[in-house]
Amino acid sequence: MKEASASTKLFSLICLIGGIVLLIWSLALDFMGTKAGYRGALLVVGIIGIIAGMYLLPTLKYHRTLIYVIFLFPLLFAFAVTVIIPLFLGLFYSFTNWNGIRYTEFVGFANYARMFRQPSFLWSILLTALFVVFNMILVNLVAFLLALLCTSKLKGMGFFRASYFLPNLIGGIVLGYIWQFIFSNVVTKIFSGMKYSMLASTHTAFIAIIIVYVWQYAGYIMLIYITGLNTVPGDVLEAADIDGANATQTLFQIKIPMIAPTITICTFLTLTSAFKQFDVNLSLTNGTGSVANFMGNYLTNGTQMLALNIYNTAVVENEYAFGQAKAFLFFVILACVSILQVRISNSKEVEL
Amino acid sequence: MNRKEPTSRVITKFVIATIIAVYVLFPFALVVINSCKQTADITANPIGLSGMSIGQLFQNLNDVVNNPNFLFWHAFGFSVLITVLSLVFLALFGAMTAWVICRNKTKWATVIYFTFIASMIIPFQVVMLPLISTFRDVGKFIGIPMLQSVPGIVFAYLGFGGAMTVFILTGFIKGIPYDLEEAASIDGCRPEQVFFKVIFPLLTPVITTVTILNGMWIWNDYLLPSMMLGQNGAVKTLPVAVQAFVGSYVKQWNLILTAALLAIIPMVVLFLFAQKQIMNGMIEGAVKG
Repeated sequence: MKEASASTKLFSLICLIGGIVLLIWSLALDFMGTKAGYRGALLVVGIIGIIAGMYLLPTLKYHRTLIYVIFLFPLLFAFAVTVIIPLFLGLFYSFTNWNGIRYTEFVGFANYARMFRQPSFLWSILLTALFVVFNMILVNLVAFLLALLCTSKLKGMGFFRASYFLPNLIGGIVLGYIWQFIFSNVVTKIFSGMKYSMLASTHTAFIAIIIVYVWQYAGYIMLIYITGLNTVPGDVLEAADIDGANATQTLFQIKIPMIAPTITICTFLTLTSAFKQFDVNLSLTNGTGSVANFMGNYLTNGTQMLALNIYNTAVVENEYAFGQAKAFLFFVILACVSILQVRISNSKEVEL
Repeated sequence: MNRKEPTSRVITKFVIATIIAVYVLFPFALVVINSCKQTADITANPIGLSGMSIGQLFQNLNDVVNNPNFLFWHAFGFSVLITVLSLVFLALFGAMTAWVICRNKTKWATVIYFTFIASMIIPFQVVMLPLISTFRDVGKFIGIPMLQSVPGIVFAYLGFGGAMTVFILTGFIKGIPYDLEEAASIDGCRPEQVFFKVIFPLLTPVITTVTILNGMWIWNDYLLPSMMLGQNGAVKTLPVAVQAFVGSYVKQWNLILTAALLAIIPMVVLFLFAQKQIMNGMIEGAVKG
């Protein structure tokens, strides 16, 4: 390593000291409560100065550690501020009467107890569970069949593959509005027997969400199945062919067992993404739909799934602490299901 | 396999594939067709081509692009800016973090790594409400507004995208032989030079993968920008603008579909040029994630 020259040393010290001065100055401005617009710039320049000073400072012995710290800092800092701190703050707020800005009292488990007495929330849980189950089965089935189709040697398969994947590129909000148009204007025209739009009644609207979701997601899962199917060695298939196995036997006794890890990945992906579904739900039906009698109550959120329910509770109804408590339940369910699923699939893979 | 499939089966498969492709692409075709019509023609016949004209398309485009709730170029510009900045920072800082995690064999590195992995199952809904208040406070404290601002949202994407980025990059860096770095440091490279001159160039394929994964997510994300930027803020991304626009024009389908067309086009154009990379990136991300 190069010997540090005197000028570098001087420069690094200037950077370091200058950085610290700027940092303290900007913090002092903050505490004095000035409305100076240049405070933020001072802070950033100060931090950069400190980092540059530390970097150039000829402490060869600790240089490696210093570099590690500087390298880790940006991402870890962002991660802590956006994920870790809000996570623990959120857990704390869910036990208070927080309104998004401040809280005045500690309410214990009241928020948690209350959500299990709220029929519309229980309905959302039930609906989400149904949605997840339907989607997991349908998306995987459709995607697997598409993958089988796309792995057969046909001309133009590249085009088909790309076009099946295309819906996945577009955000759920835009897709939701496009399909809202299709369900309310086009479908009723094509099937002239249908008097009302599918979105008008709760049951058919739920089916509509599933249709849109399968349409959007199957292409993506199909790609993963194609990758899985391509890893099945050609000589194994050839051996089966020579032994006289027909297509069905090859499929069920060779292909499916051999792509078991892929099936695990796809099941997991569809499960978590269906559980978190928000965009299509918001733009397609916005959760509306009437339920005449659910546990003796009349509900107006017939197609509202969990993620949307949480959002509406907090943002629309302004019950932040309550929404936060619901969000934690959401998290706990998701975590349990994920862990359970990984366990089950791991044990299955060992057996094979 | 040696055996050739009978022609009839090939044709059947081809027909099935075509039918599915028509079904999948049908909504996109409808968007294009109806963007060229007036509302009256759409309600009369949403599938047919009657009433289509290029003039009407320009009329619709003009109405949508200059609509105060949509402001296409404005939203498009902010979407591009936010996505590009987030992707650059995620790739750079993610690679730096992943490299340190791989090369620093201490307890801390392991703890950080597993915290990142564990955080990947946290859904956004759990942190979104306290996130807003945290960002408001942090913004007040440092004097840079974090809500309704580009730096704030880029910072948030850095935090949320970090875990997956580091996870995928770590897997790749582990496969790079350590000898390479040793040789470089014997030749007189400082650790940071080893990273930027030896390791970083080697990461190109995996950085492509994470950039595609993060890019698809950030470009299409609705919830985070809508919470952080607000529906009517000065800064809007494309999905937020579409939502704000549709909320203000309930049944003007020609305008809504034109807005949808504008929102779809950038992604489809990109897909046409980088089809292979996008599809491979999505696959790799899923298999590793």
